[in-house]
Amino acid sequence: EQVPAAVLEHLERLALVDFRDAEGVRRLREAVRFAERLHDVDTEGLEPMDSVLEDRCLYLREDDVTEGNCTKELLKNAREKIEEYFVAPPGNIPLPKLEERETFEQQS
Amino acid sequence: RLHPGQPLGVLDGIPVAVKDNFNTAGIETTCASNMLKGYIPPYNATVVQKLLDQGAVLLGKTNLDEFAMGSGTTDGVFGPVRNPWSYSRQYKEKNPSKSHSENEDSKWVITGGSSGGSAAAVSSFTCFAALGSDTGGSTRNPAAHCGVVGLKPTYGLISRHGLIPLVNSMDVPGILTRHVDDAAIVLGLLAGHDPKDSTTIQDTFKPFELPHSIDIRKLCIGIPKEYHVPGLSSEVQALWSKAADLFKDAGAKVIEVSLPHTPYSIVCYHVLCTAEVASNMARFDGLEYGHRADMKQSTESMYAATRREGFNDVVRGRILSGNYFLLKENYENYFVKAQKVRRLIANDFVKVFGSGVDILLTPTTLSDAAPYMEFIKEDNRTRSAQDDILTQAANMAGLPAVSVPAALSKRGLPLGLQFIGRSFQEKQLLTVAKWFENQAKFPVIHLEDMKRHDCSDFQHQKSVSSL
Repeated sequence: EQVPAAVLEHLERLALVDFRDAEGVRRLREAVRFAERLHDVDTEGLEPMDSVLEDRCLYLREDDVTEGNCTKELLKNAREKIEEYFVAPPGNIPLPKLEERETFEQQS
Repeated sequence: RLHPGQPLGVLDGIPVAVKDNFNTAGIETTCASNMLKGYIPPYNATVVQKLLDQGAVLLGKTNLDEFAMGSGTTDGVFGPVRNPWSYSRQYKEKNPSKSHSENEDSKWVITGGSSGGSAAAVSSFTCFAALGSDTGGSTRNPAAHCGVVGLKPTYGLISRHGLIPLVNSMDVPGILTRHVDDAAIVLGLLAGHDPKDSTTIQDTFKPFELPHSIDIRKLCIGIPKEYHVPGLSSEVQALWSKAADLFKDAGAKVIEVSLPHTPYSIVCYHVLCTAEVASNMARFDGLEYGHRADMKQSTESMYAATRREGFNDVVRGRILSGNYFLLKENYENYFVKAQKVRRLIANDFVKVFGSGVDILLTPTTLSDAAPYMEFIKEDNRTRSAQDDILTQAANMAGLPAVSVPAALSKRGLPLGLQFIGRSFQEKQLLTVAKWFENQAKFPVIHLEDMKRHDCSDFQHQKSVSSL
């Protein structure tokens, strides 16, 4: 069962990670094929399990400020910053379309 | 401090090592990835802080598979870790060099992973204890291959705050030591509720000392039949039987039990792990910390370039697979389905422990450590799927498990056996492990002088670029 090219492109956009080459695409297909085995199991009437601690109550602490004020330390690790802001390139510009990239045209 | 009898704690002055996916304030933390090369955390992981508060001496951060993804500690940017046993007299005796040119360099074996660096550090007497992490077996697997004790505590017992997450619902900090008693000591220092990790339970943890003389006659040991997997080496099989007999002869009740959904745990893990990874790796975008690409055209293209440059193929592959399983059209069929299967796996254990079984005894790995040249012939996912088979289910169910060195293989390399216990019953688990350790009398590694190699010999060749 092939993973359509449109899905591959969609994944690259969602993940912001590219397949890089045919090998990467092949690996995804393998991964999907491997996961198919799950469908052999009968899970009728079962609730999905989010956490092994599902029977316990989550710890809630008082909504008081106990720490913080570490702006300078946190900014140390950022490469581009201005005053107390992280600087990013302009947003709202979509990634170039698939045809403009050479990732896996030959593969689908 | 020791002189006037005022140590900070039990570990004052004791050398420890920490896997490089735990944040250490002021000390580079890389997760063996280009994404975090040069990253200096502004805080200590809770478990690191606890060790330092004791006065423990942090010798260094240990190598791992990139972002803890892997079962060989071969896929990090710093290169693979060599199992210290490759240089032991025990291994060399069984694998004599045929010629001068064919020296140790071609035959060295892997440590297992992903906490291979930590296991190697403990195994080579570099430190008293090391921290690893365990998501699918990453502490127990290298422990078995390196002949050390690898403890995976119950999920929720030890804080994950500061442990760079892989799979939030399965990750735990792991403890590697040479003896079970030492693991109990370290556990006592690390366990307990942490307000900074909401997945730690609130019950008060009582540190314990393991008894000197242990009576196992009241115990019921379960041998899960589904762990007789194809690929299990005859050596490990025999060792497992021998251990079961050991318990039986000492008066414990040893019975065969069934965990019927075991064959599905790897597939289930594959889906849940990649899905959580896709989510956890999303934070690495170059903006706040870590590597940042020189791309300025748009935010998205900068993120994409950063992630292409920063992550290796294994990580990227898992992110893509994870995103696939999380797509709207796949979510129910894969992710939710896997979560349901997870419940089945967890329930298998509940049933078995509820029927009177106290501890499960299984092998930890399929065989002894493979030579590096053999190991890299298969890709990371295939290897992980093979190697995690025996350890993974304990992470699914959140149960405590420990690998104890049992014997040397025909090739002179360590073999370990695994004990799995009930939730939060580490004391019982480690007591049984200690009893076994005393019976097994696993030999000490005899490290010989290594010839001084040319630096180039140790240069890791990233040959399998398809990984």
